[in-house]
Amino acid sequence: MEITLKNLTKIFTNKKQPETTAVDHLDVTIPSGKLIGLLGPSGCGKSTTLYMISGLLKPTAGQIYFGDDDVTSVPPEERGIGLVFQNYALYPHMTVRQNIMFPLENLKVPKLEAMEKAQKIANLVGIGELMDRKPSQLSGGQQQRVAIARALVKEPRVLLLDEPLSNLDARLRIQTREEIRRIQRETGITTIFVTHDQEEAMSISDEIILMDFGVMQQKGEPQKVYDDPENLFAAKFLGTPPINLFDGKITAKKIKIGSAVIAPTTQASQEVKVGIRPEGFVVDKDGTFKAKVEFVETIGRDTTLIMIDPTDETKRFRAIVDADEKIKSGQEIWLSVKKHKCFIFNPETGERL
Amino acid sequence: MLEEKSNIKAWFYLAPALFLLIIFIFYPIANALFLVFLKDYNYLQGTWQGFTLLENFTYVFRNQNFIQALTNTMIITFVSVPVSVIVALLISVWLNAILKLRGFFQTVFFLPYVTNAIAIGMAFAFLFNRDYGLINTMLGWIGMNPVNFVGLGATWGNAMFSLLVYVVWASLAFKIMVFLSGLQNIDKQYYDAARVDSTKRFRIFRRITIPLLSPMIFYITITSFIGAFKAYTQVIGMFGVRLGPPGNDKSLITIVALVYDALDRSGVPGALSEAAATAIVLFGITLIFTLINMRVSKNRVHYSGGGK
Repeated sequence: MEITLKNLTKIFTNKKQPETTAVDHLDVTIPSGKLIGLLGPSGCGKSTTLYMISGLLKPTAGQIYFGDDDVTSVPPEERGIGLVFQNYALYPHMTVRQNIMFPLENLKVPKLEAMEKAQKIANLVGIGELMDRKPSQLSGGQQQRVAIARALVKEPRVLLLDEPLSNLDARLRIQTREEIRRIQRETGITTIFVTHDQEEAMSISDEIILMDFGVMQQKGEPQKVYDDPENLFAAKFLGTPPINLFDGKITAKKIKIGSAVIAPTTQASQEVKVGIRPEGFVVDKDGTFKAKVEFVETIGRDTTLIMIDPTDETKRFRAIVDADEKIKSGQEIWLSVKKHKCFIFNPETGERL
Repeated sequence: MLEEKSNIKAWFYLAPALFLLIIFIFYPIANALFLVFLKDYNYLQGTWQGFTLLENFTYVFRNQNFIQALTNTMIITFVSVPVSVIVALLISVWLNAILKLRGFFQTVFFLPYVTNAIAIGMAFAFLFNRDYGLINTMLGWIGMNPVNFVGLGATWGNAMFSLLVYVVWASLAFKIMVFLSGLQNIDKQYYDAARVDSTKRFRIFRRITIPLLSPMIFYITITSFIGAFKAYTQVIGMFGVRLGPPGNDKSLITIVALVYDALDRSGVPGALSEAAATAIVLFGITLIFTLINMRVSKNRVHYSGGGK
């Protein structure tokens, strides 16, 4: 089911502090049946947005539509959503089976049918063997799956996940995110999940919604947002290692860092921020950009060069180059820049030029 | 223990408390256990006529007030404990739910805890007064004739009813405090999760609040049972040393009152042993019911994190 947020705003008021605008006039449509990553740094309003969609938080202004229905004033118990909390919120005194069956009992599903459904969904998320255990006897990853099973069992119209992987260790995190992707594909439920981890969001989302300070920065397929960031924030937030930023300028339709010409442009002459992805550099003896290598990090597949910014000796930038290039630290090398890995931004507004 | 030194240190820290416990708790318990087996112990002269196994207990059971005391104690316990636990639970849940004036109501409900039991008892005796008590005034508003709850010649039933109201009320404060702190420790996310899953309010109370509060409920039930078996001050507070309404003396006698009754006759040979025997009978009753309590609640108490 398609979810539409119109002008959605949440302002938290507190007697002692000035009011904070957590979500600021958010307008976005979440397509039906897709897995959407709500991404942003902590405090950007992504969880607030999720809880407003769930109904547990009331928006200060704006509307939420599920399909064509305005659900803004519908209480959470009537919205038909499944919610997975960051700490899972499994009832500690109930077994896995009782936890999963709990939503069905509320809906007065006959006991036998409820047990069947619970078992089926538990099998789907891979915890079918653990039905008689208590949550405290499960690992973090297993608890996480129980929480997903409990959210899915009542066949919700929307599945919401709040930082679902943040309590798991690195390995389990990768495994579980693939699991979430698989479950979402199999059930086809519109799923929104909140995360601050760009890699996580990019790896499993059909689309990401990037937020900062309560404002949507960009929305789109992960690769599209990565390849075509609309502003400095989007460019900086996506990618590991992060994008390299240089103070540059445009003169005579040419982008320059220091005296080096990086690429041609159609923009007028002005001061700009130049962003170049680490993989956007190519070692090229005919290149235009000369810099000194400080360290060489070898990981086998490719090589990361940590280099001294020629315009500012205190700054460093990273270039990921082919592992076949034999480069030693201390060496000065010539680089050329792939045009589509290079973006220019207005230094004041951060807007992409 | 890593070193012998730390052992000595531990005893040193324990000493003050241990010293007081030995003098006022352990020695009297041991002494009572000893006294029970003395025949015709004379407290004033420190003499006794040999040993006996059960004789002192027969004095207890043959005491003309024993059955009355046992009945009263049981009624006080089995009425006041369940009623006060349930009422305290409801008040706590309500207090936990309101936002405005919570601090004020918390104080109101907690005040009885820091007020002298005798003083409260006197106030309750006044409330239940036939001629100018608030209860009878209110009964008058709905057209009922005044009831003689605690006055001259009041029936055992009326007097017991008044006593129970007072006992329940006086025991609410501590229970509410414990339940409220327990409720505040329940993660709010469980309630959010339950709401999202369309759980009705009563079901949330029954399936989530009660189980998550069960360690507190269990603790309160056990300690309240033990406390109620020891009922005595409440009777004194409301009815004075007559232990009943005027003209119906000793009708509200309790087991602890029997202990004091025997102690009053401590000049008589054997009376002190009878008091000790009464105390041990009370200990036995308390122990039995505590064990039953623990058995009954074994599968109903959920310690979070404990697992099993």
